[in-house]
Amino acid sequence: MSSAVYHIKKLAGEIGEYKKPAILTPIFVVLEVIMEILVPFLMAYLIDNGIDKGDMNTVIILGAVLITCTLLSLLFGILAGKFSADASAGFAKNLRHSVFYNIQNFSFSNIDKFSTSSLITRLTTDVTNVQNAFMMVIRIAIRAPVMMILAFVMVLIINGSLSIIFLCLLPLLALCMYLIITKAHPIFERIFKTYDKLNKVVQENIRGIRVVKSFVRESYEKKKFNAVSKEIYKDFSKAEKLLALISPTMQFFMYLAMLLVSWFGANLIVSDLFTKGELISVISYAMQILMSLMMLAMVFVMITMARASARRIVEVLDEETELTNPENPVTTVKDGSVSFKDVSFSYSKDSMRCALENINLEIKSGEMIGIIGGTGSSKTSLVQLIPRLYDVLSGSVSVGGVDVRDYDMKALRDEVSVVLQKNVLFSGTIKENLRWGNANATDEEIVRVSKLAHADEFIQTFPDKYDTKVEQGGTNVSGGQKQRLCIARALLKKPKILILDDSTSAVDTKTDADIRKSLREEIPNTTKIIIAQRISSIEGADKIIVLDGGKISALGTHEELLKASEIYREVYTSQTRGAE
Amino acid sequence: MAGMRHGGKGFKGGAKPKHAGKTIKRILSYMTGPYKAILVAVFICIILSSVTGVIGSMFIEVLIDDYVVPLVGSINPDFSGLVKAILVMAGIYLMGVLATFIYTRVIVTVAEGVLRNVRNEMFSKMQGLPIKYFDTHKFGDTMSRYTNDTDTLRQMISQSVPQMFSSVITIVAVFSAMLYTSFYLTLIVIAMIVLMFYVTKIVGGKSAKYFIAQQKSLGSLDGYIEEMINGQKVIKVFCHEEKAKAGFDKANDELCGNATKANTFANIFMPIMANIGNIQFVLIAIAGGALAIFNIGGLTLGAIAAFLNLSKSFSMPVSQVSQQINSVIMALAGAERIFELMDELPENDDGCVTLVHAKDENGTLSESDTYTGVFAWKKSTTEDISYTKLTGDVWFDNVDFSYVEGHEVLHDISLYAKPGQKVALVGATGAGKTTITNLINRFYDISDGKIFYDGIDIKEIRKSDLRHSLGVVLQDVNLFSGTIRENIRYGKLDATDDEIVEAAKLANADDFISRLPEGYDTVIDGNGESLSQGQRQLLSIARAAVANPPVMILDEATSSIDTRTEALVQKGMDSLMKGRTVFVIAHRLSTVKNSDAIMVMDNGRIIERGSHEKLIEKRGRYYQLYTGAFELE
Repeated sequence: MSSAVYHIKKLAGEIGEYKKPAILTPIFVVLEVIMEILVPFLMAYLIDNGIDKGDMNTVIILGAVLITCTLLSLLFGILAGKFSADASAGFAKNLRHSVFYNIQNFSFSNIDKFSTSSLITRLTTDVTNVQNAFMMVIRIAIRAPVMMILAFVMVLIINGSLSIIFLCLLPLLALCMYLIITKAHPIFERIFKTYDKLNKVVQENIRGIRVVKSFVRESYEKKKFNAVSKEIYKDFSKAEKLLALISPTMQFFMYLAMLLVSWFGANLIVSDLFTKGELISVISYAMQILMSLMMLAMVFVMITMARASARRIVEVLDEETELTNPENPVTTVKDGSVSFKDVSFSYSKDSMRCALENINLEIKSGEMIGIIGGTGSSKTSLVQLIPRLYDVLSGSVSVGGVDVRDYDMKALRDEVSVVLQKNVLFSGTIKENLRWGNANATDEEIVRVSKLAHADEFIQTFPDKYDTKVEQGGTNVSGGQKQRLCIARALLKKPKILILDDSTSAVDTKTDADIRKSLREEIPNTTKIIIAQRISSIEGADKIIVLDGGKISALGTHEELLKASEIYREVYTSQTRGAE
Repeated sequence: MAGMRHGGKGFKGGAKPKHAGKTIKRILSYMTGPYKAILVAVFICIILSSVTGVIGSMFIEVLIDDYVVPLVGSINPDFSGLVKAILVMAGIYLMGVLATFIYTRVIVTVAEGVLRNVRNEMFSKMQGLPIKYFDTHKFGDTMSRYTNDTDTLRQMISQSVPQMFSSVITIVAVFSAMLYTSFYLTLIVIAMIVLMFYVTKIVGGKSAKYFIAQQKSLGSLDGYIEEMINGQKVIKVFCHEEKAKAGFDKANDELCGNATKANTFANIFMPIMANIGNIQFVLIAIAGGALAIFNIGGLTLGAIAAFLNLSKSFSMPVSQVSQQINSVIMALAGAERIFELMDELPENDDGCVTLVHAKDENGTLSESDTYTGVFAWKKSTTEDISYTKLTGDVWFDNVDFSYVEGHEVLHDISLYAKPGQKVALVGATGAGKTTITNLINRFYDISDGKIFYDGIDIKEIRKSDLRHSLGVVLQDVNLFSGTIRENIRYGKLDATDDEIVEAAKLANADDFISRLPEGYDTVIDGNGESLSQGQRQLLSIARAAVANPPVMILDEATSSIDTRTEALVQKGMDSLMKGRTVFVIAHRLSTVKNSDAIMVMDNGRIIERGSHEKLIEKRGRYYQLYTGAFELE
């Protein structure tokens, strides 16, 4: 429960500048309710003293008062509606803003922890759920209890003894609602999970339809789907049947209240303790009281449903980035030298499961370094430590003679340009995408780096050249073209260190070689670190690192490694076998 | 990834059903089929329940006029009449509650049953659709038919329809009761209803307009979020956080503006309706009072009270109907999209040649019930049954193909793969390599020419049998949620655990699987995101290996596996595929080098063919590719 309070507090903080409408809403809701409550009361007076006594004046005067009340109620209702719309839309805006901004502060390990798809869900579906619950709270959750209490007070004022009926019925109805909801809720929780399962089956089938069809597994998949579908059918039927009880239960209590009020009311009238007008108004209040309780139950359901979403959002809000700038950061990177001293690194902060162990390495500014190693040998982990995308577990990584943890991160990353293995382009033109590297780059500069990355040649074949639109995710360029665009984008930063993480795997050998040649000739002072699977991509490097199981297994030039490293030799023969 | 989300994307701005009548009929056919009797019961119960409500409102008149007024002032009041009346009323109420109980409960069975049938039928139909459908329809679009569209349909069947029906019944009943009670007062009510409809039209229309705008900006914000979060690591590397924030703020502010307007109109709708109801209430009281005082139309106090009560129970169903109409329209649009998927033409399959286990006794083939390692194509005509041994001899005879009519992507392809040969296809992206493999297993049908498999036109072979005989490993690996063991077993559902391990060893996957904490029982989720691309490819090879097919198609199957491991996999595959036909597509020429025949493709044509040595000797395109003098892009 305390965690729920914490979540609410945390989320309430997001209301921010929308505090005014968020407070005005319940105020106007209460005013509206007061007006609505006054109507039956005045009506009773009108009936008893006007109609029953045949006094037309009273009818007209009270009628005018009543109309005024209604108009006021209309005004308050509209204001409440408007303010609550302001508050909830603003609250959602702030919430989304905070979540998105906090994600921007995330380090790579924060991102890994949540996974991208879950971050997207939290920013979209979860925020919408919480927003809806918020709107419910500031309107209905205020309205229903206020209505219930005021209506009850009115009954008490009109006739104290009749209020006993409600005192007896209300707890009973509340208990019924509570039982229904608490029974149905776990089933709904289960349904959401089963629903995810169903979606997963459909998703996997649509994406993997070629696999399904090649293995002729259509009927197998149908069976699988029908089983999940049946599960949903059973659970949904069960839960919905429980919820279906709400409406007859409600009716039962409403009718019971009417009968009791009728009976006791009639008796009281006969004994001259009660008037006909009062009877009519008490029946109106009865309806208001019971309806409010049902509304309250609905709000309760909504809030419990939004609770999971609230928890997921607060998790993101609470996530603190693991990498922070030091107090007096170094803002200039002297040169492109890199040194690893006794570096160990683990994704899980668990020294028993290290991705890298005891790495010692010296790279001079301007060198071209090749890194090679099998699947899972931690090549990517090694290079991601250089721009401080992750922090080491122990030891230190220095760039330009300074520990990477002492730099201003932006300054460091501006000088260390990484072309990631899993790279993406964004929707926009080619030019816009390249400008990610440097927003102020001139067209000439863009063409120059594109030529360096051998991207210019294919860009020129597009009808719109550099203004060609790239689709979301870069689906309208081929894999090799995308890789070259990503290299060009990284080059535009004019970095002191350039890291290519398997960035030319889809580029043919000839172009690959050309790119390396231009890098060597055109940017000789930039340190170039290249991860590759093809020996041909790195054989000309000044130094080649052979990684195996998170350790440096061998280090040297191509010729040296051919002699000294068995792994290197094996890779080499596997790629050249039969070539002679 | 997108499938994990329930909402959002699937919304089609202001989607309206195109053939509402037809769609309603079709939904009804799902409902009336097995549930006719239940539906009749439901409607009877709804009528009972609504009428009870109306009688309840009328009761107050009887109570006051017939029982209370005569008793007032009498010295010894006789309450027996009143008791009787209340008991009768209790009986009627009880019946109403019972009716509500029955119909709300039973409609759940109907709604869920219909939903289940719709869902199962939709999935079953989808399984039968040709690959072309999946290639030409967006993933999220198909997905949302299972999520958003079925949800709105559920809402409609289980809530909107019964509620509307009950509201209409109530409206009719209340209106008749009003007319019966007082004609003059009914006139006031009619005037108010006109006002209500007018307000609904204006406010509702505005609300709908802004609601569509809100959904649109929500869609574009969600799209932006999706793109940015997916590229979050790139954003970090380029220190592009501030730019990402700026773009986000723009979209977020726009949404906030539209959401405020949309919600404002939605929020003020109910107070307006409720207060029109209140004004009506007051007007009736005044007018009723005047009528009673001046004794026009013989209105009693009880009648006024009853009329007031009736007018209360009148405005509620009216505003309910106007609210429900919206959700019904949305549900119909959703249902239409579901039916659209169901109505897609399934893959046609008129092949009659089937694949059977066979025994080969001195050159004569006969059918066998058990696995023999020998397969035969069974061709039965009315006269006799003939068997052809499955050897894996594939022959393309002048094949043309186009995905879109008039846009040919393969021209005049002829190729011949002898049993046991390894045939490689190389060429630039878009040269048509994958297309060729799509034709062998009839994912697509050729436009012209013929493809023979063991001398039989593949159009004559039953599709499921044709595909059973072909093992396919694709570049993009698709795994299914479940354990690793289950995923490998996908290739052969009755494979023993030993067979699975053997296949994994063959694919060189056993090594990494054994190192996982749970080994073969490790659960993979979300297409195996926790595995590397290379590991997933190894699994997919193991999956194909356990199926042990006579012909294998490897489409960039080892592209993400490092060359050292690939060499090991290759060795295993070679021993597996001994004596069988293999088609290999690869970017890496080292993968295809040892093939019996290499086809170099360019723009949908085969421009060179021969063994590696021959092609090198020829000094043509292959030689250029191999030496890196020509760009493969």
